[in-house]
Amino acid sequence: MSDHAFDERHAGGGQSAVVGGVHQMLIHDSAERHVSGEAVYVDDIPEPRDLLHLYIFKSQRAHARFRLSNLEAAAAAPGVARVLTSEDVDGKNDFGHVNIGDDPVLAEGVVLFPGQPVFAVAADTIEEARRAAQLVEIEYEDLPPVITIEDALQAKSFLCPPHVLKQGDAASALRTAPHHLQNTFRCGAQEHFYLEGQVAMAVPKEEGDVHIYSATQDPSAVQHLVARVIGRPANAVMVEVRRMGGAFGGKETFATLFAAIAAIAAIKTGRPAKCRLDRDDDMIITGKRHETRFDYDVGFDDDGRVLGLDLSLAMRCGYSHDQSIPILDRAISHCDNAYFLSDVTITGYACKTNTASNCAFRGFGSPQAMLGIERVMDDIAFHLGKEPYEVRMANMYGVTERNVTPYDWKINCNILPRILEELEEAASYAKRRQAVKAFNAESEWLKKGIALFPMKYGVGFTASFLNQAGALIHVYQDGSVYLNHGGTEMGQGLYQKVAQIVAEELQIDVAHVKISSTVTDKVPNTTATAASSGTDMNGAAAQIAARKIRSRLTEFAAAKHNIEPDRIRFEAGMVQIGNEQVRFEDLVLDAYMNLVSLSATGFYTNPDIKVDPGTMKGRPYHYYVYGGAVVESLIDTLTGESRITRIDIVHDVGKSINPALDMGQLEGGFIQGMGWLTTEEVVWDDKTGELRTHAPSTYKIPVCSDRPKEFNMHLVDWSENAEDVVYRSKAIGEPPLNLAVSVFNSITDAVASVADYKICPKLNAPATPEAILRAVEDLKGVSLP
Amino acid sequence: MSGTVRFVLGSELRELSDVRPTQTVLEYLRTVEKRCGTKEGCAEGDCGACTVALGEPDEAGEMHYRAVNACIQFVPTLHGRHLITIEDLRQADGSLHPAQEAMVRTHGSQCGFCTPGFVMSLYARYRTGEPPDAAETDDLLAGNLCRCTGYGPIIASAQQMFELPEPQAIACEQPEVIEALREDSDATGLELRGGAQSYYAPQTADGLASLLLEHPDATILAGGTDVGLWVTKLHRDLECVIYIGDVSDLKAVQQTQRGLEIPAAATYADAHDAVGKHYPDFGELIRRIGSTQIRNLGTVCGNVANGSPIGDMPPALIALGATLVLRKGKERREMPVEEFFVEYGVQAIEPGEFVERIILPLDGQKLFKAYKISKRFDQDISAVCAAFSLDLDDGNTVREARICYGGMAGVPKRAEHAEAALQGKPLELDAVKAAMAAMASDFTPMTDMRASAEYRMRVAQNLLMKCYLETQPGTQPIRLAGSAGIKP
Repeated sequence: MSDHAFDERHAGGGQSAVVGGVHQMLIHDSAERHVSGEAVYVDDIPEPRDLLHLYIFKSQRAHARFRLSNLEAAAAAPGVARVLTSEDVDGKNDFGHVNIGDDPVLAEGVVLFPGQPVFAVAADTIEEARRAAQLVEIEYEDLPPVITIEDALQAKSFLCPPHVLKQGDAASALRTAPHHLQNTFRCGAQEHFYLEGQVAMAVPKEEGDVHIYSATQDPSAVQHLVARVIGRPANAVMVEVRRMGGAFGGKETFATLFAAIAAIAAIKTGRPAKCRLDRDDDMIITGKRHETRFDYDVGFDDDGRVLGLDLSLAMRCGYSHDQSIPILDRAISHCDNAYFLSDVTITGYACKTNTASNCAFRGFGSPQAMLGIERVMDDIAFHLGKEPYEVRMANMYGVTERNVTPYDWKINCNILPRILEELEEAASYAKRRQAVKAFNAESEWLKKGIALFPMKYGVGFTASFLNQAGALIHVYQDGSVYLNHGGTEMGQGLYQKVAQIVAEELQIDVAHVKISSTVTDKVPNTTATAASSGTDMNGAAAQIAARKIRSRLTEFAAAKHNIEPDRIRFEAGMVQIGNEQVRFEDLVLDAYMNLVSLSATGFYTNPDIKVDPGTMKGRPYHYYVYGGAVVESLIDTLTGESRITRIDIVHDVGKSINPALDMGQLEGGFIQGMGWLTTEEVVWDDKTGELRTHAPSTYKIPVCSDRPKEFNMHLVDWSENAEDVVYRSKAIGEPPLNLAVSVFNSITDAVASVADYKICPKLNAPATPEAILRAVEDLKGVSLP
Repeated sequence: MSGTVRFVLGSELRELSDVRPTQTVLEYLRTVEKRCGTKEGCAEGDCGACTVALGEPDEAGEMHYRAVNACIQFVPTLHGRHLITIEDLRQADGSLHPAQEAMVRTHGSQCGFCTPGFVMSLYARYRTGEPPDAAETDDLLAGNLCRCTGYGPIIASAQQMFELPEPQAIACEQPEVIEALREDSDATGLELRGGAQSYYAPQTADGLASLLLEHPDATILAGGTDVGLWVTKLHRDLECVIYIGDVSDLKAVQQTQRGLEIPAAATYADAHDAVGKHYPDFGELIRRIGSTQIRNLGTVCGNVANGSPIGDMPPALIALGATLVLRKGKERREMPVEEFFVEYGVQAIEPGEFVERIILPLDGQKLFKAYKISKRFDQDISAVCAAFSLDLDDGNTVREARICYGGMAGVPKRAEHAEAALQGKPLELDAVKAAMAAMASDFTPMTDMRASAEYRMRVAQNLLMKCYLETQPGTQPIRLAGSAGIKP
């Protein structure tokens, strides 16, 4: 399938006769409501009577003791119902998802970053709440802050002792290697910039219970953690989310904070309360992708093959844990990317700083890791005067040998060689490589770059207990189906994919499957929709539930018609019972009249993933996704401006449940990654820790014209997941973002041309015009004035 | 003056006499009209999730529809206009408008939150009847951010919507719905009082001038692309607002003996073609200001009047020797644009005075180049903006060099030392290098989130080199952006 070959609303292409079964290119279930403005997001829900609006007052200091006064004046201001401080937290003042206790809902005595919520005002309008907040006086007593990664390394300000993954003997390999390089490299943070900001609305119920509409990727966590905050059991809190306006990991933990504030307000006032952040507050309060510093010492042979590698990565985590430790671990276990590292030591530092607490973001640490190892590859190549492509090929994992990861897991289904073969062909890589060099030889000021990037990505939650999912399916008397599962919809099309699986299993038109909100009272104890696992897990759970109902119907029909169950087949809206054919809905009604249960839950687990927390060895992932990208770029060596001019991608999603939605994820994820590495620069003040880029006027995500006019995408049609994943598909959410590392490699290549490819440019990410010009001038032997 | 805001929303007349003058159209739509299809993504006109179509009558009474950002428009500015939102687009039989249908077919929505805004941008284009080419599509959509799709499917929609069957009987497009606006020909303009706030929308320049004499401290509101943010971002209370968007005799860009006259209410969109025809690089600079939505509202004069050191119009205007016409009551005075900028935050304007027009000289003999450096090509604010106007004699000697930068000082500022280094010299590499070195004495730029001081200085110098290189015979433009950019 190629670019935009998916323009039919209900195109076929699947193997099944049923409309909307698996492997079909259906549109997003909400597409018509999206385009008509009828899709309802949390802030669009008709507002209940007496709704309060919440304004959050944020710390202006990075690290300080504080005292509030004049709270009464705010409480007495027009329209104000209540001023909330940490004293209003009846339960535990912590919304942290990892149960460490370092994520206060409202600060208690000490603030730990500029932007930390200190108190909140609930009023009839947001304007009244904001005005009242200005009446409160706050006195700070400053404490020494730790702002940058370097500050943290120096002060040994870490969330935990360094995490170390060792394989072989890097130290002695480094001693004996014929070539040797030591360098530092860094990449910036990234703001999620979901278009819908963080929002929650809490509605008080009887007995002090609360119903929360929350834009969250993890409704069960919101439920349990809000219950903990308000000091009530989990059954007092119900959380519902129909859809989010984008999330990308940013609504995995932080949604809980705003749900908690709304819930406290609702309980303390007995009135419904909405907490919706404006864009600036959202960007200032919530975490980002972790900025990372790499220091490496690599030894290699004449072919550029890595013999030994000692690599450390230091991630800016912010003031609290959030999910930084698992993010660090995923980064560590993706430092190999597609390359065999026999003797390697990887050390990860979780830097604790007085900045917003960094959190999950599509890729969960792995994009940074891949960027790091790719820099090592480029450094080796330019040092040896070899093609970066050749060095990468020399280091690639083998299929039957050189296939053991640093965490000691043997890769048993490496399809990367075949993917790269197709990619080289599709992108005419070798020919274009020559053309780029020829262009650069002629062009003094504009330079082109090209890079081929191989990628391997591990799928699954490394924390074993998260690999569980539930689904609930009801079939009503008329044959219509109601589907609910623990996955959340943030635009990725999960709801539609799961509905397709149910349609396939029951062999009914997908139009008969009603897709409903994710609600904690229907499917309990769910896992966040994260780690690209949404379809793998919720699809499998729904499949299990649908099969239960199908087998009950089969048993019923077999008994009634007195034939063997294997002579009953469900086919495209009909059920073949021996030689007789009945409509699905007729069989359903018949079963109902004969006391057959038409509701079932499905529960899926994957127990395969196990890692030794001490050594980090074992099986951290269920399986791997592979892909490759060739990117061509153009830079202006007078200004440092750059443009991506062509992208070719060949990617693996196994046997796609819905190729149209998967293509959407592929393109969107790639462009999002491209933004991280080019235009998107998160700037903090190094002294005060204040965020300087907190609105789209200063933080620039890609726009339409940044997408190259030539963008070819291809999903390989021969791949099937070797693991038993639903319909042999593979995950799609995160890997495409990692593919965009190729963008940075390409720009690096363009810069390297300035010194005839003999020196690896000191280019850090993001490759802003300033970063590129600095690297160019460094190669030219001049530095900026 | 009338105290009622009259406009048509979709297919219905609205008459509001009790409206807060600085209530935004977005807030009004979502809270009063309960039209929640229009979204808030940033409240500063950068993301486009709030895009709506606004119809405005021309002098002949013909409605012209443009995409604008509802988040930074104030409700009274709707007076006499036709507002169309995402809820209005379905056809009489309930089927989708082609702009919507194309987005569905191409998989143009994922999370869907930005989608209504994109659809409204597409819809405004659809009403022109002209399918956009690739570059026009980029411009059409530069003001709409999407974080999910990567834009490919949406770009495809901009083409595909023109290939679908024409829509039938859309209520808001019926001619009679805007009849009500024609009945209201009260030429005295709108006057509102809401609590401590007042709002005036005069309809003539004379009316505006006398209102400003009465209210010398009033905030002058033109497109609202800056003033709107004072309300939505800075949460400022504006006591008295005088809106100039209804002043009919300050709208048309005209060519006179003195050059191109750009009056106060002329938007970037209004000025783009006329300016770009004479100075292609100036046109390109206008194209890169904000987005289609912003250029449909923001004014060239406002970009000068607000005194910003990083506006993109002043460097070009100053390099080209443009003149500012200031008016107070019946009195007018003129000054070179550069003299308007006294220091950061201080402009040479008196209370009660306003920027009535800018006169841009048209001198085809001069060589003019302009460059904008920003992190993103489209819809970004300059780290450095540079404009070069070189007057060369037949022997390639520089008779006069006017070089002006934005982003290098607290005001848009000429590079006097660099100019002097070029003056009287042949335009050759040595002179250019000397001028680049001299520029170090012209500026002490600052470091901020857009760029460091060092980068600003180096790129300012390099842009002079680029200007020189681009003037060499047989040289192609060395650019990555815009129509002059090389095609990959």
